[in-house]
Amino acid sequence: MNKSVPNCPRLSRIASSSDGRSVEHWSTTWRDVFAILFFAMALIFHFSPPAQADEAALRTIIAKFATAKNFQATVQIVGELAATGDPSVERSLTALSNGELYFRKADASVFIGKEQGQAILLADPLNGDGAGEAAKAEVTKIKVNNTLRRTIRDALGGLTLSSADPAARLAAARTMFKTPNAATIEALDAAILNEAVASVKKQLEQARASAVLVSDLPASEKLAAISVLKARGDRDALSLLTAFATGAEDGAVKEATEGAIAGITGTLAIWNAAQNVWYGVSLGSVLLLAAIGLAITFGVMGVINMAHGEMVMLGAYTTFVVQNVIRTSFPGLFDWSLAIALPLAFLVAGAVGLAIERGIIRFLYGRPLETLLATWGVSLILQQAVRTIFGPTNREVGNPSWMSGGFEIGQLAITWNRLWIVVFSLGVFAILLYVMKRTPWGLQMRAVTQNRRMASSMGIRTPWVDALTFALGSGIAGIAGVALSQIDNVSPNLGQGYIIDSFMVVVFGGVGNLWGTLVGAFSLGILNKFLEPYAGAVLGKILVLVLIILFIQKRPRGLFALKGRAVEA
Amino acid sequence: MSRGNTILYLDGVSVSFDGFRAINDLSLVLDRGEMRAIIGPNGAGKTTMMDIVTGKTRPDSGEVFFDGDIDLTRHDEAEIAMMGIGRKFQKPTVFESHSVEDNLLLSLKGPRSIFPALFHRRSAEENCRIDDILGITRLGDRRGDLAANLSHGQKQWLEIGMLLAQDPKLLLVDEPVAGMTDAETEETARLLKDIAREHSVIVVEHDMHFVRELGVKVTCLHEGSVLSEGTLDFVSADERVVEVYLGR
Amino acid sequence: MITGRFFAAGADRRILIAILLLLAAAVIVPILNLAVPPTSGLHLPSYIVALTGKYLCYALLALALDLVWGYCGILSLGHGAFFALGGYAMGMYLMRQIGDRGVYGNPLLPDFMVFLNWKELPWFWYGFDQFWFAALMVMLVPGLLAFVFGWFAFRSRVTGVYLSIITQAMTYALLLAFFRNDMGFGGNNGLTDFKDILGFNVQASSTRSALFAATALALALAVFVTWRIVGSKYGKLLMAVRDAESRTRFLGWRAENVKLFAFTVSAVMAGIAGALYVPQVGIINPGEFDPANSIEVVIWTAIGGRGTIVGPIIGAILVNTGKSWFTGALPELWLFALGGLFVAVTLFLPKGIVGMWDQWRSYTKVRHAASAEASPPPAEPPAIVRVSSDKVSGWKDEPGLPEPQPAE
Repeated sequence: MNKSVPNCPRLSRIASSSDGRSVEHWSTTWRDVFAILFFAMALIFHFSPPAQADEAALRTIIAKFATAKNFQATVQIVGELAATGDPSVERSLTALSNGELYFRKADASVFIGKEQGQAILLADPLNGDGAGEAAKAEVTKIKVNNTLRRTIRDALGGLTLSSADPAARLAAARTMFKTPNAATIEALDAAILNEAVASVKKQLEQARASAVLVSDLPASEKLAAISVLKARGDRDALSLLTAFATGAEDGAVKEATEGAIAGITGTLAIWNAAQNVWYGVSLGSVLLLAAIGLAITFGVMGVINMAHGEMVMLGAYTTFVVQNVIRTSFPGLFDWSLAIALPLAFLVAGAVGLAIERGIIRFLYGRPLETLLATWGVSLILQQAVRTIFGPTNREVGNPSWMSGGFEIGQLAITWNRLWIVVFSLGVFAILLYVMKRTPWGLQMRAVTQNRRMASSMGIRTPWVDALTFALGSGIAGIAGVALSQIDNVSPNLGQGYIIDSFMVVVFGGVGNLWGTLVGAFSLGILNKFLEPYAGAVLGKILVLVLIILFIQKRPRGLFALKGRAVEA
Repeated sequence: MSRGNTILYLDGVSVSFDGFRAINDLSLVLDRGEMRAIIGPNGAGKTTMMDIVTGKTRPDSGEVFFDGDIDLTRHDEAEIAMMGIGRKFQKPTVFESHSVEDNLLLSLKGPRSIFPALFHRRSAEENCRIDDILGITRLGDRRGDLAANLSHGQKQWLEIGMLLAQDPKLLLVDEPVAGMTDAETEETARLLKDIAREHSVIVVEHDMHFVRELGVKVTCLHEGSVLSEGTLDFVSADERVVEVYLGR
Repeated sequence: MITGRFFAAGADRRILIAILLLLAAAVIVPILNLAVPPTSGLHLPSYIVALTGKYLCYALLALALDLVWGYCGILSLGHGAFFALGGYAMGMYLMRQIGDRGVYGNPLLPDFMVFLNWKELPWFWYGFDQFWFAALMVMLVPGLLAFVFGWFAFRSRVTGVYLSIITQAMTYALLLAFFRNDMGFGGNNGLTDFKDILGFNVQASSTRSALFAATALALALAVFVTWRIVGSKYGKLLMAVRDAESRTRFLGWRAENVKLFAFTVSAVMAGIAGALYVPQVGIINPGEFDPANSIEVVIWTAIGGRGTIVGPIIGAILVNTGKSWFTGALPELWLFALGGLFVAVTLFLPKGIVGMWDQWRSYTKVRHAASAEASPPPAEPPAIVRVSSDKVSGWKDEPGLPEPQPAE
């Protein structure tokens, strides 16, 4: 779900949530912080910037590309360029490696060129300024082969290692870690010696260790490298070690490698399980949000509301409308959009729920199957109404800044929006529990559901309790919609995707029991995520459905069902 | 106590629902051919006891034997019904969208599987039996009417008639005269006494007048176990029964 | 008593008329389509034949649902799954009939398998080149699924809305499964581009007429079978289970077996409907498993009148004719209309068209009898009396609206 992108600095992950929307605000902020830190450190440690060759000398070397007779000659020129240690040669080297370095036949001057139709756009090899264009026949491409490319890559690695930007050094170290090359060890040793930033230094050491593994250095060096990689303990280290182990000769080194592999595999398995639990908790919180309103209307009142999913959808569309108004009228309030949408969504969905109860459901009490059909009809009408008003396509609902991005704990990637939704769902659950157990209204609600006749003779206005309970359940579905708009596509079909899952959660957890719904949601969420790696997403979901169907056979009234004479078969 | 000659034998039966002990170490023995009246306050466990005997509820502990040696805890409702235990519910439960006659037809003793029912043709013998029962339960002139249109008392009788059609060895009758007029109550008492000549019967009833009319041994249940047992006079003289049930 | 007999006679006569009408349609429609020249006003165009054939398939599906819902109280929200499985079985036969005329010209593998680089036919496609085998599977696969599913569900006494919801989950699970390419049923696109059925071109007018006739005959047969089932002692038992399940148990009947038989028979009927549907529309895809489809079937049955045999047929034809018209004329409004139909039927027409008709007839009849005999009318016998025996409803004296009962 959440992939870390290797080229970014450690804290600037691209958080991509399940629906594929990615957010990047987080990283830029941190890059700025990094830059400031770097300058501070540079002042303290008198960090010396790498040597700068003068431009004319560089141009002379680059011009030699035009006259190089063969690959060997070109390799030599690349070596010369790299030896200058000037970061500005990076541009031309990259272009050469990509096959984009040309020389003009007329005056043998070298350019970076980009093909555009029949012409080639030329650019200066050092600063990249535009230099007009030329017909294809007027220029010659400087040829490259794989050996040359490798040389260039090593050279570039060495160059960026001495870059002034720690982020660039870090990226270089990462790249070198992934593509180990014995030839880079010396450059890495030098870089490690000069490195002042601890995190970069660590990465450089790891890159060195990976290079040592492919080198012919003595066993003692290799053992040290293995322990460095073991300490790193992630999937990349594992694949390096595994590759090394297949080629290694028997002995202490091989043993150490295998030990390290076993160690890393073990740690990874734990992290993996933890990640799955987190995904499961995250999915569970979504299920909880979708199902908790249903736990009230279905569990407490016994009303099958097939339009429940549409209440969620209405909440999501309320968020969309609120954000639209904010975008056009009060752009500064965007971070508050969800806070504003929450009460509105509750009111909108609650009001629709109230109308449904007063208009339809109250005539159908005691006839659950008819209620099911009528509310299904309502769900069709609501879907079509939203489709008519907002169109059939997905609407864009943005994440406020505090919901964007993510962070890592060890190997665990956690995105902020998912974390907030977990917190939010638990909050909603707690409030609902409080309302049901501790407020007079909750007391009335429970009284009415347990003994309607007695409650009404005690002076409780049962029809209003019914109506308000239903409105409460619907309103909660509405605020669930606000949360789900952050991770799901806001379309007229939003609700349909949740209705079956929500019913499964409520039935699985045990009807009429809020705690059952909580446990049901999280156990189904986690089960789903643990099945997914083995069975795939779709098959996992099918398996869960089948398991629930079997479970209902065993315990027709859910996990936390009431027993007794009153419970009729 | 030997259970050889008993029709129903409960020993040390307990069952609890969510911590509430509905039946608590209940022991009860019914001889073959005996009719027994069971009284007790609400929540004494009378209906739960019937649930246990008819296989609807499994006891947590204790023994339940039918006809001497059949362990009822190992069978479900349909099997127990087929063995010969008939049950009338507290609230009259008949098939309301069927005629009185069809109600009895579905209850008649006979094979209980699907295919015989699918290709069933009514025999003269069955007609005869239905006529008999209609006569016993005084429903002859309502034969073709929908059960839904019967009066409350008639539904009670129809349900008893359905039990008879089943030809059980043991009848469990839960509050047969609730909601009946005095005349109907007397009729019902006579009907039950008739039935008791050939069957073992357990009657649960609150109506002490009716229980007196039955004139049989009485068991008083309280909090899931037997409080007192004996003739009605003996039981109603018992201090504890007066305390918890009859009132002073 | 008199009214009761009248009703029995009335319902039976209605069913006989329905069977005769279907048999007549099976003969007349092909004649009007094939023998009457297109220039004549009596000529039935082929598309009408195909459309009507489709409606009759839906009617068969609605009748199948009615057997379990109307007569046994099992509201299945997954009957579309049985329909689709029957359709897939037929679709597999039709795919195998394409042979080497497919786009890729592979004599053995259907196009989508060639496209997915499959090397050999999956085992579950064996035998489907034979019509008899496919026909057997059309009944066996839905029947078996219903049997296994019902065996689990009814044995553990899952009833009411719980059952409805797990049947919905069942068809949802199948929907997800059939969308997968590696299930081997053509994934998203399903099975299509059929060429022949039993050697006849599926596109030809004569084949379409024959398929129509087969559908009408199948529906007539289904009406007859349902009628016989419902009229038998087992049918009475079925309704007894619907009205007072625990009573039947204490009488020694195995309510789960009673339900299981009806559920399985009903699934087989739905499977046949699906099998007749596929060659007439020329495609079967996973969309048929959509829970929304299954629930739409419920509304056909409800609007026609559940617990009656002709009701679901009338309902299916009416609603689908309306749908065809709406989606042509006012496509945006169709879902509003369908949704409104759900609400209106449950609120105002709980017994459906046929039930209302019966009620009205009995009312006029009783009034007629009353004026003739000057005796007070007996209480009106409703077409279906549904009493939830398990709930306490002994307070009949209190007027007013029904009240909610918390799910247990």
